Amino acid sequence: MSLGHANAPWIARELAKLVVVGHVDHGKSTLIGRLLYDTESLPEGKFEELKATSERRGMPLEWSFVLDAFQAERDQAVTIDTTQIWFKTAKRDYVIIDAPGHKEFLKNMVTGAANADTALLTVDAREGVREQTRRHGYLLHIIGVKQVAVAVNKIDLVDYAEDRFNDVAREVTQYLHDIGVEPSFIVPVSARDGDNIARRSAYTPWYEGTTLLEALDSFRVTTLPVDQPLRFPVQDVYKFDERRLIAGRVESGILRAGDTLLFSPSNKTAIVRSIEAWNQSPQPVEARAGESVAITLEEQLFLERGEIASHAENPPRLTTVFKGRVFWFGNEPLTAGKTLEMKLTTNRARVTVQAIESVIDTDNLSHRPSDEVHRNEVAEVILGHPSVEDAAVLGVEDPEWGERVCALVVLCDGDEVDIEGYCSERLAGYKRPRTVVSVDEIPRTPSGTVEKDAARDIFG
Amino acid sequence: MQRLDELEAQSIYIFREAYANIDPMGMLWSLGKDSNVMVWLAKKAFGGHVPFPVIHVDTGKKFREMYEFRDTYAQYWNLNLLVWDCPPIEEVDPTLPHAARSAARKTEGLKRCIQQKGFRGIVAGIRRDEQATRAKERVFSPRDESGQWDFRDQPLEFWDQFKTEFPPDVHVRIHPLLHWTEVDIWRYVQREKIPIVPLYFAKNGKRYRSLGDQDITNPIDSNATTLEEIIAELEATKAPERAGRAMDHEAEDAFERLRSAGYM
Repeated sequence: MSLGHANAPWIARELAKLVVVGHVDHGKSTLIGRLLYDTESLPEGKFEELKATSERRGMPLEWSFVLDAFQAERDQAVTIDTTQIWFKTAKRDYVIIDAPGHKEFLKNMVTGAANADTALLTVDAREGVREQTRRHGYLLHIIGVKQVAVAVNKIDLVDYAEDRFNDVAREVTQYLHDIGVEPSFIVPVSARDGDNIARRSAYTPWYEGTTLLEALDSFRVTTLPVDQPLRFPVQDVYKFDERRLIAGRVESGILRAGDTLLFSPSNKTAIVRSIEAWNQSPQPVEARAGESVAITLEEQLFLERGEIASHAENPPRLTTVFKGRVFWFGNEPLTAGKTLEMKLTTNRARVTVQAIESVIDTDNLSHRPSDEVHRNEVAEVILGHPSVEDAAVLGVEDPEWGERVCALVVLCDGDEVDIEGYCSERLAGYKRPRTVVSVDEIPRTPSGTVEKDAARDIFG
Repeated sequence: MQRLDELEAQSIYIFREAYANIDPMGMLWSLGKDSNVMVWLAKKAFGGHVPFPVIHVDTGKKFREMYEFRDTYAQYWNLNLLVWDCPPIEEVDPTLPHAARSAARKTEGLKRCIQQKGFRGIVAGIRRDEQATRAKERVFSPRDESGQWDFRDQPLEFWDQFKTEFPPDVHVRIHPLLHWTEVDIWRYVQREKIPIVPLYFAKNGKRYRSLGDQDITNPIDSNATTLEEIIAELEATKAPERAGRAMDHEAEDAFERLRSAGYM
């Protein structure tokens, strides 16, 4: 962070956020401690303090003590929570969001990873890919960290063998590739001795890639989505003086004084009269993604926290049903029918889990269907389509499958709908109706239930 | 976006989230540079106003210059100032070493203030880079009735979604400066021209880098008399900010015990 002399104009150095993940005992914390030491980022006195503490405990110097601020952690030698550590290279500043390797601390790990630009996945050269390696890799993927460097650690303990490195590298690449993550670098390192971290190692002459720090320096820092459509969620509305301030942070795009804004879901529009910034003169005329602002409007609208402002040409989509991939942290299992509160920026809504399509096994990435085909759910999904007036779903005997799911639909006049396509977007394979027949009317009994024999006859 | 702009925007976001979800709320004002930055950020967040009480938990042993600053600026900034006197040292855990014991007066004072005034949320200016145990904090951090902090079971916090619902006997600490570093604070003070206590500037070859009680804070050697000089000095040094704070060094876990017991 140093610029040299006192009067130099301060230019913000780039700050990259890095998360370090991997299986427990594969050396993450040691690697981090080593990174700090090699980049001369340890605070004065820290190295001496580490040495003293290690000696006091009768142990060899542990680099990982740098991170273990907690008394309990030192005693247990296991990282419990996330923390933030800074280091710097010639190119930019880094903040490491340390992430633990223990299964039960996954929620803390997700908190750390969710803010990162890049990830460093540590794998023990002797052990190769383990359960947490896979799990963390998968979590990085669903959180959206795309830039990943892999450190194949403890290379000294496999005698710096090229074959072993290649085997592990292949194993990791294969797994990451299967989940759609392409590691940009795979580096053989020894966190304890410093090989290939800041300096190339004399013991790995067969390795032609970069050092770990060079790899990290080559990654891009994520930038703000200024070019995307405007999304301005309302955090609050203030009236502390004569102005009515709509406060929030621009999440994407640019908002300008004079713009006509559309507020969703209330569907109201208003023109931005001014952007109010305290202690600034003249007032800004625009607010860009990432900025927290307060605006006033020409019209006196009733607006609440939770509304999202956009431009009418690019509004958000409104929906009452959607499919999503969920990482479940709750203490109770998640079941279909469960009602939850969902937070979307400043908005909250009660949602019900309509169905759990499948559970993904992070070890082998297979999808495991649930046991039953819930026909009511299929019908509900179909009824969710705006052009469908009525629908019925039933099981029809089938020589090949035993029973297949079929659907009868009554469509709005003149509408043509691809029900199969609509269903395949919303339902797992084994639930999708194999045959869909459009009819004028669904055969029902006087009480309203589907007349099954008549319905089955339609399918032949 | 410039780094300071990013930090500022995020802190404003945090202030507004807290205000929208937690009531009643109060903000600790220790009269230090970080604290003044917080008042400044609150004004930016709320259109020039600070719509909640600003609390000075007073040990009675601060430097004279700090009390003068407080009285001047509480008025100038139009703050709703609440001064809370700490209990005497005799009422505090005698097993703690001396400096830590002085600090524990503040903990006890704050605890009583929260209980008696019924605050559900307290805004405090701690930063991750100040001290190792603070590095593990959350932006919204719950404290139970006795002010205890369970660092083993902290709420999830990402995508700027913070946990804002808590049971009735729990209050939450809000940390809008958590991601700022010491240099960031100074740069911001410089950029915005935020007033600060003159003790931060060198006099007779000494200045204060951190301001605790008079009897437990030591100045450092320095000739920095302007913000530019202070910043240059900081960027060249590796000594931790709280090096002059006796309480941090007395026993390996003294600070940690303080934090678990509800210190900032």
